[in-house]
This record gives sequence, C-alpha cells and structure tokens, in this order.
Amino acid sequence: MTCKRRNTSFCMTDIEGCEGRLNPQSKILVIIPAYNEAENIGSVVDEIKSTALPLDILVIDDGSLDRTTEVAQAHGARVVRLPINLGIGGAVQTGFKFARDNGYEVAIQIDGDGQHIPSELPILLDVLNRNEADLCIGSRYIGERHYRTPFARRLGMIVFTAVNSLLIGQRVTDNTSGFRAYNRRAIEFLSRYYPTDYPEPEVVVILGRTGFRIQERAVKMRPRHSGESSIGTWGAIYYMIKVLLAITVDVFKVYRQVGAQA
Amino acid sequence: MMAFRIQIFAVLGSLAIAAVIFELIRKRKVLEKYSLLWFASAIILIVLSVWRDLLEKVAAVLGVYYAPSALFIIAAFCAMVMFLHLTVVISQLTEQNKTLVQEVGLLRDMVQQLEKKNKNE
Repeated sequence: MTCKRRNTSFCMTDIEGCEGRLNPQSKILVIIPAYNEAENIGSVVDEIKSTALPLDILVIDDGSLDRTTEVAQAHGARVVRLPINLGIGGAVQTGFKFARDNGYEVAIQIDGDGQHIPSELPILLDVLNRNEADLCIGSRYIGERHYRTPFARRLGMIVFTAVNSLLIGQRVTDNTSGFRAYNRRAIEFLSRYYPTDYPEPEVVVILGRTGFRIQERAVKMRPRHSGESSIGTWGAIYYMIKVLLAITVDVFKVYRQVGAQA
Repeated sequence: MMAFRIQIFAVLGSLAIAAVIFELIRKRKVLEKYSLLWFASAIILIVLSVWRDLLEKVAAVLGVYYAPSALFIIAAFCAMVMFLHLTVVISQLTEQNKTLVQEVGLLRDMVQQLEKKNKNE
C-alpha cells in the first residue's frame, strides 16, 4: 500500500508490519465526531458493529470534557482524541485525513448522538459501490417523513435547498444531514478543504461546484437519546446567516483539484 | 500658532509610537514582520506633520479645509490597514492551529497503536 500522506515524513504504513487499518480487509471507515457524548457513544459504536459490515470505526473525540474517549475505546472503537475542541468541521476533517493516510476507499460520517440508524448504511454504500456518486447523503426529506422539525430548522432547510439548488444546479433536500458516505476522491479533496463551523451545507456546495457527483437516499432519523442538540432557535438563525455568507464566499474561492498539485 | 502646536504634538506622538515599537522589537515581544506596518504608519505621520506644505496639498486633494484634521483621516486609515492585517494574521494562525491539533490527535493515536503492538511482542 502506498503512503498517501503529504507534508509529513512518515505514516502508519511506513512502519514495518504496522498496518494503519485495523482490519486489512475493510476499506470502509466510519467517522464519528463526538463532543461530550460519553452517554451515547457506546451504544452508537455497538450498533454500528452489529451491522457486521466490513468497516473500521473511528471516533474523533473533539476535546470532550467527559469520558467519551474511554467509553468509545471500551466498546472497541479506535479513537483520535483532539487536545483542543475544534468544532464539528475540524473533527470530521481529522477523520478524512486518517482515512486518506490509511488507504480507505470509503468514509462514512455519522453523528455520535445516536440519531442515525447504522442498519441503513448499506443504502449509502450501495450508491458508492455502483459508482453512481462521489458523495451520498442520507436524507430525512425524501419519501415518507418520520421526523418532525422545529420551525426555525424547517425554514433553514427550505433556504438551503433553494440556495444550493441554484448554485450547483441540483436539488439536494437535506443539506444539513450529518449521515453521509464519501468515496476516495472526495476523501482526498476534503482532507485539504473542509469548512470549519457548520460544514454540511457548505460541503454540498463546494463538492457540487468542483465537479463531484452528489446523490441522496431516504433514511430515517431518531430523536436524540440524551444531551442537547448543538443548535437552539437563535442558534439556528445565526447558523443560517453564517452558512449563507460562507456559501456565497465559497462560490468565489479557488479549489485546486486533488492530483493537480505538484 | 495653533497649527504649529498640533504639528509638534503630531510629530511627538508619531515618534513615541515608533520608539515603543522599536523597544518591543528589541525586547523580542514583537516580530519584525508584524512591525513593518507600524513603522510605515509612523513615518507617514511624521512626514506629514513636519512637512506642512505636503499636508496642505494632501488635505486639498481629500477636500479637507483644515489641514491638520487630514492627519486624523490618514491616521485612521493606517489603523484600519493594521486591523485588517491583524485579522489576516489571526485567520492564518487559526488555520495553522487547527492543522496542528489534528496532527497531534492523529500522532497520539499512532503512538498508542505502536505501544499496543510493542506490548504484544
């Protein structure tokens, strides 16, 4: 296996007999960003394992103050613990870098609070396996709706769908979904460019505008087990304005395609 | 006479800024590359304070009737440029800090894996 790591002098795969991947057969990495999720993370990891898919589980502990790392490790996940809280964007990007450095073909992002249903993973994987997309988003808004959304969020969805459709010429119903599967090409791109604060809608625009293929599939979503959602009502309004500004600026940014650099 | 006094204050003020910055660099509390804009600003203000004719001309171009108040506009502009520069620097530091935090996390994981492997052997 060749080392894909750039800008550093070594990587896991350079060390004799030290395979970066936990399971050499698995080419799929599940990235779970987690901040103070000690209560939920154990069951999330267990549930993903119970799917018996050939995948490795990587929890990114984003500088949690509780025992997130210990709990995740006890349940058998590999954990990258960030010494400082970077926010969801920095955490997820750490997972992409890990996937890039260790030769994974597919990276799946799933929330650490148990809202997403791991048994639906094959729905997303299937799309990538058949090479129909570089990014497959699990959407709550396709088909039957099992999920009731607060008004502020609902408004956000409508706005994002309208703006993003305009910018990428494709209708994406659930831009804020944190349940996604990315292929190798997207992994390498996002290891270099990943938005910071509330990255999901921005990623859709960036990938959509740089020629990546995006697909959506219907998934269900549960209410949270415990803990608070990262966004309240005022938070949702701030979130929307901030992301809209970021998306607008993204349109004018320059992204060098992977492989184009020296 | 009024104009003369403001000239003296402007020169003294600008010299004081330049002196403070110089001292901070000497004590290694400010890096040279971040002091350039400060020195540039101080020099611009000193030149305009001393060279009354030039200030009058600049004021005329800007449409300012009382020449010394043009100094304030120019000083404010210099301050804006410096704020902008600082915002750029902070953004770069944030980005570098993020990359370092990610790298530290990944390296710590790597060390743990190696320790585990060594124990098993």
